[in-house]
Amino acid sequence: MRTNDTNYAIELKGITKTFGKVIANENVSLGIKYGEILALLGENGSGKTTLMNILSGIYYADEGSIYIDGKEAFITNPHEAIKLGIGMIHQHFRLVEVFSAMDNILMGTRGRYSKTGALKEKILEMSKKFGLEIEPDKKVYNMSVSEKQTVEIMKVLYRGARILILDEPTSVLTPQETAKLFAILRRMKDQGNAIIIITHKLHEVLTISDRVAILRKGKVVDTVRTKDTNERQLAELMVGRPVSLEINRPETTNKKTVLNVVDLSVVNQDGTRGLNNVSFKLKSGEILGVAGVAGSGQRELCETIAGLMEAKTGAILYKKENILGKSPDEIINLGISMSFVPEDRLGMGLVGSMDMVDNMLLKSYKKNKGFIIDKKPSRKLAEELVEKLGIITPGVETPVRMLSGGNVQKVLLGREIESEPNVLITAYPVRGLDINSSYVIYDLLNEQKKKNVAILFIGEDLDVLLELSDRILVLCHGEVMGIVDAKNTSKEEIGLMMAGKKMEGVDSDE
Amino acid sequence: MFVKFLSAAVFAGTPLLFGTTGEIMNEKAGHLNLGVEGMMAMGACAGFMAGFFYDSIIIALLAAFLAGMLGALIYALLTITFMANQNVTGLTLSIFGVGICNFVGEFMLLNSPSNTLKLPEHITAQISNLNIPGLSTVPVFGPLLFQYNIFVYLAALIALICGIYYNHTKTGLNVRAIGENPGAADAAGIKVTKLKYINLLVGGGICGLGGAYCSMIINGGVWMNNPVNGQGWIAVALVIFASWKPYRAIFGSFIFGAFSILKYYFPKTIISLPNAFYDMLPFIITALVLVITSIRKSKENQQPASCGVNYYREER
Repeated sequence: MRTNDTNYAIELKGITKTFGKVIANENVSLGIKYGEILALLGENGSGKTTLMNILSGIYYADEGSIYIDGKEAFITNPHEAIKLGIGMIHQHFRLVEVFSAMDNILMGTRGRYSKTGALKEKILEMSKKFGLEIEPDKKVYNMSVSEKQTVEIMKVLYRGARILILDEPTSVLTPQETAKLFAILRRMKDQGNAIIIITHKLHEVLTISDRVAILRKGKVVDTVRTKDTNERQLAELMVGRPVSLEINRPETTNKKTVLNVVDLSVVNQDGTRGLNNVSFKLKSGEILGVAGVAGSGQRELCETIAGLMEAKTGAILYKKENILGKSPDEIINLGISMSFVPEDRLGMGLVGSMDMVDNMLLKSYKKNKGFIIDKKPSRKLAEELVEKLGIITPGVETPVRMLSGGNVQKVLLGREIESEPNVLITAYPVRGLDINSSYVIYDLLNEQKKKNVAILFIGEDLDVLLELSDRILVLCHGEVMGIVDAKNTSKEEIGLMMAGKKMEGVDSDE
Repeated sequence: MFVKFLSAAVFAGTPLLFGTTGEIMNEKAGHLNLGVEGMMAMGACAGFMAGFFYDSIIIALLAAFLAGMLGALIYALLTITFMANQNVTGLTLSIFGVGICNFVGEFMLLNSPSNTLKLPEHITAQISNLNIPGLSTVPVFGPLLFQYNIFVYLAALIALICGIYYNHTKTGLNVRAIGENPGAADAAGIKVTKLKYINLLVGGGICGLGGAYCSMIINGGVWMNNPVNGQGWIAVALVIFASWKPYRAIFGSFIFGAFSILKYYFPKTIISLPNAFYDMLPFIITALVLVITSIRKSKENQQPASCGVNYYREER
């Protein structure tokens, strides 16, 4: 252990980084000691990741200086950062899919390369030391998200990192896996490492960190000791004004089954199982939340209902009529609408290089009579949406990919809602959104629920799922682990189901 | 007759093996270089002319290697440093390489007294087939293993070294990581740009050697314009056939070589097919291999994942 108390492991002084006209970090000063866990809290776009990318050599700061162990360091590339003992675990894993765990750990390191023997021993020995579970010969593409993360951590430790940066490490983990990760982090802290964890989940900050630095619009607004703070104060610091953290769950009456999914099985294109005997009923005026680790069959479920994927067996009954085998177009005409927000946000919903007007047209051009397209109704709709949802855009003619994530999602969800669907499927609608925009989206969904729309809400944040949905369906490896009442369940229970524990359902008949 | 056929297949496959190994080195580093034809042509021209003037096999090989490297350098500069589109750059390099090769060749022809260019006797002897007393005359094995020119052994040796490099060395592992996921490689501390340059340049040099084989050996030591004549394109297809593995490239090249000479050996008395049919076979086989590998869904035998995509670290 280093004894000098005033000496920081890393000290940032006046860091500024701009991308074109956008200021990502402005005059950021920050310090962290060995044997300490610092949480970096901030909304999306507050500059957390940029700051950490500067530390790990991915970006180079425009201004300011970095001191490591009291000496000024110039981190011009990742190679430099590793030499200085900085290891970053990226949110989107930086792993080579076709390599084994061992090859991923070894790549870029010095020394001889052999596929067996001493190196494997060393890796296994290190994984014991930190409590990591690792199979050196397993290929990354066969791994679960949590296993991949373990490899990422191992990779960084193998390089002898003493300063670890984790970028939103828990966003893809079940609560149990998160607890395991935190145990590992505490162990590393006890061994004298400095750890920075980036997150926007308040309760995690309180569980794991010693100090919290809060970033807002690229600036550090405050640094507080974790034991002197609480969720409310942190949220206020993060957003900049008092916020309510409660999500409404309006009660509706007259629930009827609208969509009845019976024994649905889907096989993916690469031959792997997508869905296996999935059965559930979706009712009008309810939000049915879908929980599960990423890749548990959420995408297959959405795409099968929307008619984009073929089912192997089973049926999807919409008001007693089987919609399997119908084209996406016919399904849309029945009033089943999907707003799917994949990881790259634009993905399947919108065409990024087209403006709002043209994106509105994508859904309505078929109603257009004649040879030449009339853009007027779409323009009117686009303008209405801008006003109603408070979409921030230079104009409806701006390509949607130029808008920020939150605004893109508003455009997408707004268009789907505008077609007055009976069934709305939405996947990750608040992915990457700040607190304010998230609440606008929740309100939009609740408004639809009150209009008796049946909503299938694929989510990733369990806290949100628990507060927003009426019932929660849990998927694991394409199978339904159970459907639970959101009011009478706990995060732990859902976490266990996400990991593969079956529960008695509440998917009762009306 | 069959032995003769096999050894002719090896002769015909050798330039393909150079080109394929060179292209594998490009693609393993994440660059789809369609300029193989061009780099081979540049090597063909430089190799022949160096041999013609200096009458030394070493200088000829060196010149061919450097010329291929020069072509690769143009490509590498444009795609690695200036992020130009890889497909367009590669295609342009092919056109440029063939063009400059024919330009220099034509210029030399016009300025030679007899309007022909012929390699000096000394060098022709050096690149003629080996004759190892005691070994080359053994029946069957002699012609199959010990009666080739030095190019053939060089090509096989390079491919073997290349295989060891990618499968058993740390640097090879690092290069494969770059080709699969340059972001991951970069974050792991691998010097992406430097390794890309090295692999692309050496790969280009190897292509150049293949070109020299075309101009100096296939054409019997007499200069003919367009010496490479599409072999570079077959090499690009062969990379797929060999599923990006240098060892397989050795067999693949000789199989493709066999196809290209099949028309001379297949008895016309049995089935008489037009020669164009035989020329078509390698490409049909490549298409079949593509279909089969995609049906088998093997994750390992695929093109490096980021092949064709330029890497820019600060991209958001």
